[in-house]
Amino acid sequence: MESLYTLIEMVVKNIVVVLVLMGCVAYTTLLERKLLGRLQVRLGPNRVGPFGLLQPIADGVKSFFKEDIIPDEADKTLYVLAPGISLFAALSMFAVIPFGDTVTFLGRQIKLVVADLDTGLLYLLALATLGEYGVVLGGWASGNKYGVLGALRAAAQMISYEVALGLAVIGTIILAGSLNLRDIVSAQEGMWFVIKYPAGFLFYLVAGLAEINRTPFDMPESESELACGFNIEYSSMKFATFMIAEYAHMFTIAAIVTTLFLGGWMGPWLPGPIWFLIKVFCVIFFFIWERGTYPRLRYDHIMQFGWKVLLPLTLLNVVVTAALVAMGVL
Amino acid sequence: MAETKYMTINMGPQHPATHGVLRVVLELDGETVVSSIPDIGYLHRGIEKIFENRTYWQGQPLTDRLDYTSGMSNNLAYCLAVEKLLGIEIPKRAQYIRVMLSELQRIAAHLLWISTHALDMGAMTVLFYGFRERESCLKVLETVAGARLMPDYIRFGGLREELPEGFLKEAKAFIDDLPRRIDEYETLLTENVIWKRRLKGVCPLSAEDAIGYGVTGPVLRASGVNYDVRKAYPYSSYEDFDFEIPLGTAGDVYDRYLVRLKEMRQSVRIVDQAIQKLPEGPIKADAPEYVPPEKEEVSKDMAALIRHFKIMADGIKPPKGEAYASIESSKGELGFYIVSDGSEKPYRVRIRPPSFLNLGSVSKMIEGSLVADVVAAIGSIDIVLGEIDK
Repeated sequence: MESLYTLIEMVVKNIVVVLVLMGCVAYTTLLERKLLGRLQVRLGPNRVGPFGLLQPIADGVKSFFKEDIIPDEADKTLYVLAPGISLFAALSMFAVIPFGDTVTFLGRQIKLVVADLDTGLLYLLALATLGEYGVVLGGWASGNKYGVLGALRAAAQMISYEVALGLAVIGTIILAGSLNLRDIVSAQEGMWFVIKYPAGFLFYLVAGLAEINRTPFDMPESESELACGFNIEYSSMKFATFMIAEYAHMFTIAAIVTTLFLGGWMGPWLPGPIWFLIKVFCVIFFFIWERGTYPRLRYDHIMQFGWKVLLPLTLLNVVVTAALVAMGVL
Repeated sequence: MAETKYMTINMGPQHPATHGVLRVVLELDGETVVSSIPDIGYLHRGIEKIFENRTYWQGQPLTDRLDYTSGMSNNLAYCLAVEKLLGIEIPKRAQYIRVMLSELQRIAAHLLWISTHALDMGAMTVLFYGFRERESCLKVLETVAGARLMPDYIRFGGLREELPEGFLKEAKAFIDDLPRRIDEYETLLTENVIWKRRLKGVCPLSAEDAIGYGVTGPVLRASGVNYDVRKAYPYSSYEDFDFEIPLGTAGDVYDRYLVRLKEMRQSVRIVDQAIQKLPEGPIKADAPEYVPPEKEEVSKDMAALIRHFKIMADGIKPPKGEAYASIESSKGELGFYIVSDGSEKPYRVRIRPPSFLNLGSVSKMIEGSLVADVVAAIGSIDIVLGEIDK
């Protein structure tokens, strides 16, 4: 009987989380367009529904009814698979992120996280890299030269920031003494890691931007150079899947930043999940804001930056943090 | 030993960063450009040939369609050439208004350039800021010409009509506001680390190469060559105005960016002076056989009606000969060479489009640079395909 309850709990949690996540992702696109519009002295979408609130639905319906084209030159299996890989990685990353403490429902203690993994952070790092495969394979499988260039850039970019990304979170592991994200959040009781460990926060934010391919690191896409790069040949729902994956990834990265550095669900007065969402959207606001401000880097600059600046700094950061913790300062 | 194979890639004619229908065939080693061939002609309309089948009046609107970002300047260049052919003198007021309008047009063209160039570099917001100002600039020009892109307002013998009421006030308001806006772009770009890294030292063109390729305009001046038709061979009373020619040193994309920004500020100065010093007087030359009478006269005076009809229906017949006149348009030296055989249609019209010659230097510029720099280089020479393909 107990195992049946657990099963039901798992299924319900999964469904609810995926639905809420997809809703958030859909409205993140609207938020981005609206906010970017405001930053750029224009209005943004405001025609579909009140304040353009139905725009994400219209976008979805539109992509759904577009003709789906698979180029002759394409490697069909990979071409079809690639958007799926991206979306799968972006969505499953969210599984280990705790969006609240526990609630009591029908006498059962329910943890507000889909999978309470003890190796949560490792799982996140692994899946984040997996998501990049979607981009690399998609670009390569389209059989388009711009697509290949986009894929190459994605691969080059991935190896340049991935190490720094991993090193940036080591500090949090040292501070919290656990890879479990719930434990990491609990360790921030009283003081968020962003205050205790601001360097790691900055490094993670920069490397995170590179991971989700956003300005100024939007190399694989760079519409003005590669005419959309890796997704140049994609149309219809496959293109939409890439877009959803991109925004889901952005949302997840914002959620990770919240969990690792901004105290996760913790906050006074309001319930945990609400605090969690508020913090996530603050991070997303930052992502949109900087997109409106910065030009794009060149891909060799990103590699230089990744290897020559970010890597030594994060390494140093790990050593310093470890030393400070050992001395009992932090 | 593995053999190195280059990838040939077609950039354009459908590409967001080739500014129209330019096609560049790139030979790539990874992302490094080994060689490149710019391919043009996708927008060829045979404008030079059409000129030969039109009267001098009818040829005028064709000039609007060359460099569609600076219609006023094109009008001016054509008119100067025809006026040289006819040997007529333009009243001061008309000359000043011509200067004012072509400088406003230069501002509009440079605003379009900074918008698109910044977008090419990924700085999306500047695009909208630039378009906001360009919009108000075009509105000012629209009050004079009634059209935003195809003004056909500067005509040989003077201007189409007197300035509309309130125009000077509008123009003044616009140029008073503009320096603040340019500061805004500079805040976003000039000292931005990413912007500087993308532009500094990228695709430089030495002064010798620039002269060798016949490059003119901001691209030439960014390489440090002090050549501006407005100063070198003043036309339309430019000698009456006080302005400077901004120069670069390195000749890279960043210098071209700075030169154009400074040029906008100088244009603001010129327009300001033109508004202040604008003399009273007629706006059309005193040459009844070539210049049509005022529209009001036509409806009152029989002789004026006949003259108008004669000029419009038959066209004008300039004396046999040839004339070349050039101006400093926003892109560089724009010249018109017109040969007259004494009939109402020109025997030959040859246009010297600045973009065409500037584009010639692109292959040299981008050799050995990255794909991302190709976009920077094409953006920095500010080409308009309407002018290149003619």
